[in-house]
Amino acid sequence: MSEAIRLEDAAAARGRHVIWEHVSLTVEQGEFVAVLGSNGAGKSTFLDVVLGLLPLHHGSARILGRAPGDANAEIGYLPQRHNFDASARIRGVDVVRLGLDGARWGVPLPGRPARARKERLREVIALVGAESYAERPIGALSGGEQQRLLIAQALVRRPRLLLLDEPLDSLDLTNQAGVAALVQRICRDEGVAVLLVAHDVNPILGYLDRVVYFAGGTAVAGTPAEVITSETLSRLYGAPVEVLRTGDGRLVVVGVPEPPFVHGSRHAH
Amino acid sequence: MLIDAAFQGLSWNLAHDVRELFAFHFMVNALLAGTAVAVMGGAVGWFMVLRRQAFAGHTLAMIAFPGAAGATLAGLPIAFGYFGACAAGALALAGVSGRHSRESAATGTVQAFALGLGFLFVGLYHGLLNGLQALLFGTFLGIDDGQVRTIVAVVVVALAALAVGARPLLFASVDADVARAAGVPVRLLSFSFLLLLGLAVAATSQITGALLVFALLVTPAATAHRLTSRPLVGLGLSVAIALVVTWLGLALAFFSVYPVGFYVTSLAFAPYVVARSLRR
Ligand SMILES: Nc1ncnc2c1ncn2[C@@H]1O[C@H](COP(=O)(O)OP(=O)(O)OP(=O)(O)O)[C@@H](O)[C@H]1O
Ligand SMILES: [Mg+2]
Repeated sequence: MSEAIRLEDAAAARGRHVIWEHVSLTVEQGEFVAVLGSNGAGKSTFLDVVLGLLPLHHGSARILGRAPGDANAEIGYLPQRHNFDASARIRGVDVVRLGLDGARWGVPLPGRPARARKERLREVIALVGAESYAERPIGALSGGEQQRLLIAQALVRRPRLLLLDEPLDSLDLTNQAGVAALVQRICRDEGVAVLLVAHDVNPILGYLDRVVYFAGGTAVAGTPAEVITSETLSRLYGAPVEVLRTGDGRLVVVGVPEPPFVHGSRHAH
Repeated sequence: MLIDAAFQGLSWNLAHDVRELFAFHFMVNALLAGTAVAVMGGAVGWFMVLRRQAFAGHTLAMIAFPGAAGATLAGLPIAFGYFGACAAGALALAGVSGRHSRESAATGTVQAFALGLGFLFVGLYHGLLNGLQALLFGTFLGIDDGQVRTIVAVVVVALAALAVGARPLLFASVDADVARAAGVPVRLLSFSFLLLLGLAVAATSQITGALLVFALLVTPAATAHRLTSRPLVGLGLSVAIALVVTWLGLALAFFSVYPVGFYVTSLAFAPYVVARSLRR
């Protein structure tokens, strides 16, 4: 039961097109995991599988010990997105609240539950540091501010698993570092397993327990030191790929072939 | 004076004039139906503006017109024509729009066809020529008891449905992807909302006429969205504006020679302009 995610020889397909296959991995409760790979490699598809929105084409999956989709009440999700546009006239705190009871039918009644709800909202907004702007219309906030509120929305029901699809996208370096540190803190303090999809591993490198790397029509999982190496990535891409470490400890991956791959059949020129 | 000419019925004694308003059965009918319609239009309109489905709303209004004209031609109750056509129209819109809720070209095509059909029915039924203006621009004269009962019943059922589904609908409207992952039936809701919008349009058309439906469906809601970003306050404000506008509009039309649609649209427009100039 301490496993958050287990995939065994899993394959995902959209229509007749197999996106990835032969994927076996586990994610433990409380782990911070990066999901990496080029555009179109199937990272978002992986999250769709975890949420049960896309049934597996082959193989099996257990999410929080249950079938995909059955545990969604315990999963917080932040999809890959563009920001809310400027005319979105609904307060940040209302957007966070949708995560709490937005899926409930019927009219909310005042009383004890309502007060507990208010208290939880206040708590989670403080957790992401959004107190000063949570009452403003979400469309009027910056990308980083919106991102923090959306993370609060994903967290508000105390999930055991948090799925964040490119939450650092479109943030400046300071905000990337800030949101990355926030997610790490949540992961550590609340014991939540986090899957964070990213294009650049460097802002989160220091925090990671594991990496799932999608390429070449499949994925490998392991510690960053095992996966982000010239050897593993070259094997995965089926082309010579080099991982360089800069003076300040950043990782740079060079030589990644252009998508789209015909998976498995691509070779070095 | 122009004012005196326009408001021939007004005695300028408020108590007397209000009593006068309720003295006529047709006027009581209009006020009852108008109240029901305003509450529904304000509430459904708030969600429509949030979901950016004003164009779909407009198209449904254009479908209401042939519905009413067709019912008259066939000798059926006019409320039947309005509700039947708008419900069918909502189904058609859900069909053509499919997965993309903002498929405007297909929606526009349906709209043009509906308008053409309406004029055909009016052409076929020569006696309707007088009624054409009422169908397009509204009336408070011809609302009979049966129509009031139908409108009130539809509004009560629709508002109950809206209350039950309000939170998931808000979730799906603001953030469809997250809502779907949280188990909200997003597609079912978007379909149901179109149907609800159809009913709201059908009810509103019977007071304001098909062309001026937006006075109650869009303008109060757009004003509310400008003034507040709190969902509950916004919904309440939208309903309140629609109610005031309808009551005043009906009263003014009663005492004057100009049509009710004109008053309702102008009265709704004023707070919108004020709201726009207050906040930019
Ligand atoms: N709804 C869909 N229907 C059909 N094909 C899809 C759908 N969504 C994604 N795909 C295809 O599946 C493949 C994987 O897409 P996915 O969104 O998982 O990639 P990704 O790794 O998240 O890429 P990115 O970094 O650009 O977000 C792509 O080739 C994409 O074109
Ligand atoms: Mg993606």
